[in-house]
Amino acid sequence: MTAIEKIDLAEADNALSEGHEPPGPPERKKNDDLWSRMKAHRWHYLFVAPMVITLLLFTLWPIVASWGYGFFDWNGFGPLEDWVGLDNFIEAATDPAYWNSFGNTFWFAFASVFIQAPLALLFALVLNNPKLFGRNVYRVLIFIPVVSTTAVVGLVFAVLLDTNRGPINVALEAIGLDPVNFLGSSSTALATVIAVETWRGLGITMIYWLAALQTIPVELYDAAKIDGAGRFASFRSITIPLLMPFAIIILLLTFITSFNAFDIVQTMTAGGPNGATDIVATYIYRYAFSPEQFIPRFGYASAAALLFGVVIMALSLVQLIIVRRVRRRAAGLEGSK
Amino acid sequence: MTHLIMLPLVFLWFYPYAWSVVSSIRPQSETILGGANLIPQEFTTENFERAWNQAQFDAYTLNTVIVTISVVFLTIAISSLAGYALARGRMPGKSIILIALVGSMFLPKGFTIIPVYLLIDAMGLNNSLMAIILAEAGSAHVMPILLYMGFFATIPAEMEEAAKVDGAGYFRTFWSVMFPMAMPVTATVAIFSFIGAWNGFLTPLVFTLNAPELRTLGVGIYAFFGENTIDWGGLAAAAVIAVLPVIVVFLWLQKYFVDGIAGSIKG
Repeated sequence: MTAIEKIDLAEADNALSEGHEPPGPPERKKNDDLWSRMKAHRWHYLFVAPMVITLLLFTLWPIVASWGYGFFDWNGFGPLEDWVGLDNFIEAATDPAYWNSFGNTFWFAFASVFIQAPLALLFALVLNNPKLFGRNVYRVLIFIPVVSTTAVVGLVFAVLLDTNRGPINVALEAIGLDPVNFLGSSSTALATVIAVETWRGLGITMIYWLAALQTIPVELYDAAKIDGAGRFASFRSITIPLLMPFAIIILLLTFITSFNAFDIVQTMTAGGPNGATDIVATYIYRYAFSPEQFIPRFGYASAAALLFGVVIMALSLVQLIIVRRVRRRAAGLEGSK
Repeated sequence: MTHLIMLPLVFLWFYPYAWSVVSSIRPQSETILGGANLIPQEFTTENFERAWNQAQFDAYTLNTVIVTISVVFLTIAISSLAGYALARGRMPGKSIILIALVGSMFLPKGFTIIPVYLLIDAMGLNNSLMAIILAEAGSAHVMPILLYMGFFATIPAEMEEAAKVDGAGYFRTFWSVMFPMAMPVTATVAIFSFIGAWNGFLTPLVFTLNAPELRTLGVGIYAFFGENTIDWGGLAAAAVIAVLPVIVVFLWLQKYFVDGIAGSIKG
């Protein structure tokens, strides 16, 4: 992220200064200049070409195309000709099931920021202690779900949480508790899927925190100890402030990743029961691809995706601005020291 | 003391894996009647045979291997070339490319799948492994490109000039001087794209809806469980087949993986 930020900033500055090149040569000469510069760099253009082509085809075109499809009633076959104006957008915006999936998506985001990230920090703090025996084993175990196929994780948990013979319910009964219909009941399904997703993604967030913790010099803690600061005091006045710039980035990353919960939801519940775990991604998938829906509705699904995409882009932008502001403040503090 | 808290927690992380491994090698009845028990009474290879031969996990594994290797090669080729040009060249339009690239990072994948599907369908590639490969390798190069850019930016310009003096052209300079030096970055990019492609689900799911024989492991297991809800032994065996290779690769190249993640935070 930091690298991205830096490059992004530097390039934006470059772009600005290039646009306002003060010693303005005559227009004609500038064009020749541009052309000769472009010719001089023809190899560089050739090298970036595959990337630019794939970016155009698989990222920029999809954004443009979604806007187009959203205005048509279209099943994906034949020409785009059934223009319906804003009907798709209105239909999505007035469908309670859509807003339900929208809300559930934000429950995932909420849990990632307020449950997964703090929990991962706790793990990182414990496992950052170099004197802890076997800490690498702990780290690897907690990390392994991150590299395991999410679809497989979802299916294995669906079995483990099975109401009748699932090991977790058998164990609950063995200690005298009632079995819980984890995935079959609307009141527990969402919490259960979110818990599994938290379990799955915790490892990567923990590695982020560990990386951040390792930037804090050990001498600071030693100095605090000499000054008589307790563990909690040094946590509050050393760890927290120094983690702050990283924390913002880590929260942004977990927030963005939380929108990729399709795999776990689709494999554990497919959005059920009764939409209790439906997220926007599964909602869109159902309208566009689900075989149960005999005629795919690509136009409607695109509109639903767009509506959500706009919200996410806006939220990400707001966060990006916050990140930059915090960064700048942090840089300012360092400069004044 | 810490272990007293950590051990039960880690058990929570360990249990699903232990259950899968144990259930894959014991008879079906033991798994279904055994509850949470993890100690197998009898050993059998039946589950693996059923998954591998009858449920076509042999084909799914081959598909996954083909897709993954192709995606890894394409990703390395595309992003190392682009990273090199963007780090060394000062060509006009560079900033526009970079802004578009970084901006694309904020786009959740599920929301571009429809146009990508229709595009590949229009290319006539739907229902082929090529469709999955293109869709997977076509997006998400931001991190690899930034890693390569960061690396190539640190190499002194004299290296390039020396190569040029020796008569090497642009491509030769890149291929025989620059690219080999970037080996650590290539390893990081390789392991990330390996894991990403191996574990892919939505893309292969969408492109194999009408071509079950092209399923990758994740999609294959999903379909298998949909049809055989009670075959827990088969599911466990399939899960082991799907997850074991990626865990082995991860443990083997762990260092590059963790460094890559740490690098993305520290910058």
